[in-house]
Amino acid sequence: MSAESASARRGHVAWGLILALLLAAPFIGLYPVFMMKALCYAIFACAFNLLLGYTGLLSFGHAAYLGLAAYVTGWLVRSAGWSPELGVVAGTLLAGLLGLAVGLLAIRRQGIYFAMITLAMAQMIYFVFLQAPFTGGEDGLQGVPRGTLFGLIPLASDVTLYYVVLAVFVAVFLFVIRVVHSPYGQVLKAIRENEPRAVSLGYDVDRYKLLAFVLSTALAGLAGSMKTLVLGFATLSDAHWSLSGEVVLMTLLGGMGTFAGPVLGAFTIIGLQNFLADRVGSWVTVIIGAIFVFCVVAFRRGFVGELLAWQQRRKGGPD
Amino acid sequence: MDIFGIPLQAFLGQLMLGLVNGSFYAMLSLGLAVIFGLLGIVNFAHGALYMIGAYVAWGSLEYFGLNYWFALVLAPLVVGAVGVVIERTLLRQLYRIDPIYGLLLTFGLALIAEGIFRDHFGVSGQQYPVPELLQGATNLGFMVLPNYRAWVIFASLAICLSTWFIIERTRLGAYLRAGTENPALVQAFGINVPVMVMLTYAAGAGLAALAGVLAAPVIQVTPLMGSNLIIVVFAVVVIGGMGSILGSILTGLALGLIEGLTKVFYPEASSIVVFVIMAIVLVIRPAGLFGKEA
Repeated sequence: MSAESASARRGHVAWGLILALLLAAPFIGLYPVFMMKALCYAIFACAFNLLLGYTGLLSFGHAAYLGLAAYVTGWLVRSAGWSPELGVVAGTLLAGLLGLAVGLLAIRRQGIYFAMITLAMAQMIYFVFLQAPFTGGEDGLQGVPRGTLFGLIPLASDVTLYYVVLAVFVAVFLFVIRVVHSPYGQVLKAIRENEPRAVSLGYDVDRYKLLAFVLSTALAGLAGSMKTLVLGFATLSDAHWSLSGEVVLMTLLGGMGTFAGPVLGAFTIIGLQNFLADRVGSWVTVIIGAIFVFCVVAFRRGFVGELLAWQQRRKGGPD
Repeated sequence: MDIFGIPLQAFLGQLMLGLVNGSFYAMLSLGLAVIFGLLGIVNFAHGALYMIGAYVAWGSLEYFGLNYWFALVLAPLVVGAVGVVIERTLLRQLYRIDPIYGLLLTFGLALIAEGIFRDHFGVSGQQYPVPELLQGATNLGFMVLPNYRAWVIFASLAICLSTWFIIERTRLGAYLRAGTENPALVQAFGINVPVMVMLTYAAGAGLAALAGVLAAPVIQVTPLMGSNLIIVVFAVVVIGGMGSILGSILTGLALGLIEGLTKVFYPEASSIVVFVIMAIVLVIRPAGLFGKEA
């Protein structure tokens, strides 16, 4: 048996184990609300990774899309009496639409300007949320009911909702893998590696980038919609720039441009915040900042990237 | 006398406030542009350095009784030294890799600074008194002009123009501009480029601190004052383009004025007007008003 297929098989076994662990989570003492929250942020990070890891575009304002969808779903389900599934679909679509509008502006500039433009637009959206009548201003939208999925499955139980969130997460995860492995995804990678080359090969680079941006923002919206259902509220912090920074950190820490990396990063950061929240107060920000600095200076490949590089070295291949 | 139904005095007062804000935008975007030119790094920590500058002013009065004029000298030196440490220990490891890492690193530094100050001082603001010499207001006949605001506009214009002069008209500035174009060649001519880069970052940091001291008496000194400002300054930089020094100064002042005007006529939009203008500029002139981007 060749080494390739052996390592592929080890990979499949690892995925199977992780999925089994996630399926069993509510029964082995993992707090379902925490797990759901972490899965929502994992969706968010996977969406973000599609853009940073596979297209090479740094959006520094991804919280805006998560925040918009969180508010839309919260408002529709609570105040307009929509069913949860329609609320989530609407949130996702509107986030994608907002992504289309911002993306059209942002792709007009390259590199670091792209990051600054997305950040500035996200800040504008944040101020709109701060003043808009439907967001509840500083208080946010509170008391969003979970409702009944498809009119059949009541979501009030944490365990039921957990499996719904898990299913959505697995679907997003597989979708991202599918996109990356498709011919379209290969063009995205080509753009990441060498944009002028992709242009000279005749690809309409802007359209590829724009579609990646819309996909990524729509999925970020999906994460926000699910999060509102799980926690029952949407607040301004869902759209704040600090969350836009956190999703960068999740992706970087886990390993950008890898499938599992953002998931691992999201669980690490959410777990860390959960653990530190009532222990260290404002120092959470300092610790997050320090991890940021450490990752950039010494750990740019992230957990999964380092693991893959280590495997590569062991096989004696080029590093 | 009224202008569009707004009392002239209130109108001019808002315009002055707009100009004051505009001078902070100008000073900060100038520093960002100079740092970006030579280091290729978008310094997210610029807002944090500005905040630290304001706290140095507040702290030296509170703890050591050192007045405003001392702070005006002390803060840039202290923050400039912080800049030297940041450049020597961290930034210099990033010069050969993708510039997005520079943004991420300085973002992390901003979080660290903000967290430490928030832990120590809380989120509520500290008041910093207007220095005695600049208290009161001058009656110009058509408006009453608070002396401190006039001083801020005057001082920051003087600082911006001297920075412009140093960069565009002196030998040192020529080295700097040459270093921006081709550091290897400048190094070959015997200029110590690494030291020049370090001092440039320190000078940018000092400029941010100076803006912080100037701002301390007109706004609340809070740990969050920097992050809120830096994002607007990013928009200013996108609008102006980082290619031109005078361009950054003009764009900063103009946007401050426009923001002030918006506060008079449509206050709800005043926090977003700069971003809206950025969007419009991106549509009609993607490279920015003074940009020379390929």
